[in-house]
Amino acid sequence: MAGAPRGASGKSSHPARAGWSFVKPSVIPGFGLTFGYTILYLSLIVLIPIAGLFLKAATTPLEQIIRIATSPRTLKALEVSFGSSLIAALVNVVFGIIVAWVLVRYKFPGRRLLDAIVDLPFALPTAVAGIALSTLYAPKGWVGSLFSDKGALWQWWHGQTWLPFGLSEFSLNWKIAYTPTGIVIALIFIGLPFVVRTVQPVLEEFEQELEEAAATLGANRWQTITSVILPRLTPALLTGFALAFARAVGEYGSVIFIAGNLPNISEIAPVLIVIKLEEFDQAGAAVIAGIMLIIAFVMLLVINLIQAWARRRFGNV
Amino acid sequence: MDIRVDTVRKEFSHYPALNDVSLEVKSSELIALLGPSGSGKTTLLRLIAGLEMPTAGRIFFGDEDASSKTVQERNVGFVFQAYALFRNMTVLDNISFGLKVRPRATRPPKAEIRRRAMELLDLVQLSGLEKRFPQQLSGGQRQRVALARALAIEPRVLLLDEPFGALDAQVRKELRKWLREIHDRTGHTTVFVTHDQEEALELADRLVVMSQGKIEQVGTPDDVYDRPNSPFVFSFIGESSSLPVTVENHELWVGGRAIGLPAPNDAVGEASLFFRPHDVELVEDGVGAALAGVVVASRRVGGTRRVELEIGGLPERVEIDLPFDHPAGEKTRIAFRPKRWRVFPKQA
Repeated sequence: MAGAPRGASGKSSHPARAGWSFVKPSVIPGFGLTFGYTILYLSLIVLIPIAGLFLKAATTPLEQIIRIATSPRTLKALEVSFGSSLIAALVNVVFGIIVAWVLVRYKFPGRRLLDAIVDLPFALPTAVAGIALSTLYAPKGWVGSLFSDKGALWQWWHGQTWLPFGLSEFSLNWKIAYTPTGIVIALIFIGLPFVVRTVQPVLEEFEQELEEAAATLGANRWQTITSVILPRLTPALLTGFALAFARAVGEYGSVIFIAGNLPNISEIAPVLIVIKLEEFDQAGAAVIAGIMLIIAFVMLLVINLIQAWARRRFGNV
Repeated sequence: MDIRVDTVRKEFSHYPALNDVSLEVKSSELIALLGPSGSGKTTLLRLIAGLEMPTAGRIFFGDEDASSKTVQERNVGFVFQAYALFRNMTVLDNISFGLKVRPRATRPPKAEIRRRAMELLDLVQLSGLEKRFPQQLSGGQRQRVALARALAIEPRVLLLDEPFGALDAQVRKELRKWLREIHDRTGHTTVFVTHDQEEALELADRLVVMSQGKIEQVGTPDDVYDRPNSPFVFSFIGESSSLPVTVENHELWVGGRAIGLPAPNDAVGEASLFFRPHDVELVEDGVGAALAGVVVASRRVGGTRRVELEIGGLPERVEIDLPFDHPAGEKTRIAFRPKRWRVFPKQA
């Protein structure tokens, strides 16, 4: 058995012999090789660019960092970015469960087609999605016109004679494109597949017997869903939420077309970064990027911790 | 609560899983549905529970027609083979689930729910484990929790689908005894499905032997074991040997020789003789009519020796039990007569 778990370098010591070792002894060979690759890849593709970013930001005087970070425009851009990403990810959680539920639980013609359509936001260039969405949701677009001033919904609303006085005077004018609402719509679009694809396999493997057990105990469908099915989906939902959220925070392509990019209103942080770069303010761009990274990292870490807890609590899924 | 199943048929995509089955279960009875896989026993149980709806026929709980009622309305306790416990709930929450989901009007107060759950936990001998999660219990403990959960709703009938199927032999035997005790204490009308005949014979007041979507025989363990009414039941329940015979002159014949057994009735022609390997008496060869054969294989089974005999050049072999110290070896000629037997006419 000597030397069975030798690493790729050929000179790694036998794990069982070492008093303390970096890796827990295992009979599966190849730790050195795979771990080395992991570190190398992560370094080249993720760690070094991020480190460069922070180095760049660090060369800026502290005063200036604080000034950039606390400027109203930066704060508003961060708020729009994280706020709309959060809303979009939450909407996607609800949406995603329903879509996954339909795909898993019912057999209907076109199910495979629908299943494939769910992945489209992955494949479509985000700019295309952004242009399509902004056309649709613009005040003159198909959907946008419904919600605009004197639009179809407004007409319907004012046709309601039963409404008490005052309510009928309520003027419906919901502008979607070129506002933060538009941003949320674009982010919902790009994030949907994450939730569907993480929930779907769990739902597929869900034991029907659990639902039957709940039914024999007298639980109605709603009670079964809320107290038996949803808890089992929680870890997968958190994963889907985290992925959709992270993707939304970094999204640029689709948002710029629908957002209108008005400073202090519908300007997301990535757009602000690009603007800073176009003004040759590399330090400013690096500072904002750094702040985004830190916030995103902390949020993902928290979600991961909740997930670990949920996994312990609800059984590993 | 007695249960009446009235000519129920169940088809799954035009394939009949149950064929016009009728059955009456008396109140407080412990009854076993026994049969090979695919015999429809689980389907019948699920129909009684309301987890499946019959294609035709009706099911009564007492005088009340339950066929059109939903699972929730039927108020049955159901125990699954794979436990089906809720992993996100503690043992206590699992047991009290059925009470907690009741509509406000019929829901007992919180303290009362807890008291009843603890009482049941005590009944299934798991006191002290109420805060555990199902993953932290052994298989036998999980099934006890599942039973307590089913009993918590004060079910009208208790239905168990191969409740001990996933447990190892030792635990299975223990739980079997314990289920009998619980049944005797609580007096629920209980129907359980099993493919383990030993379990059914030991546990049940009555057995329902099923095969291919039909009920073959209903009776007490003694009835079914000692007076099987079909070749299927005879060979499915207990050990059996069978041999093709000819019935003529009110006697049974094998290979042109009378074997010293009278025919059960006036029918004549080809038939099958069934008997239990341990239910035979050895006779001296050549003295009186008997079955005689040559030992072709022998093996030790517990306290006896099971030998395989080739009877008069027939391709069929029969098995009989000999005392373990019987000197029979290969090629020894042995003559015997079944002490109890059944003859079934050959099926067309």
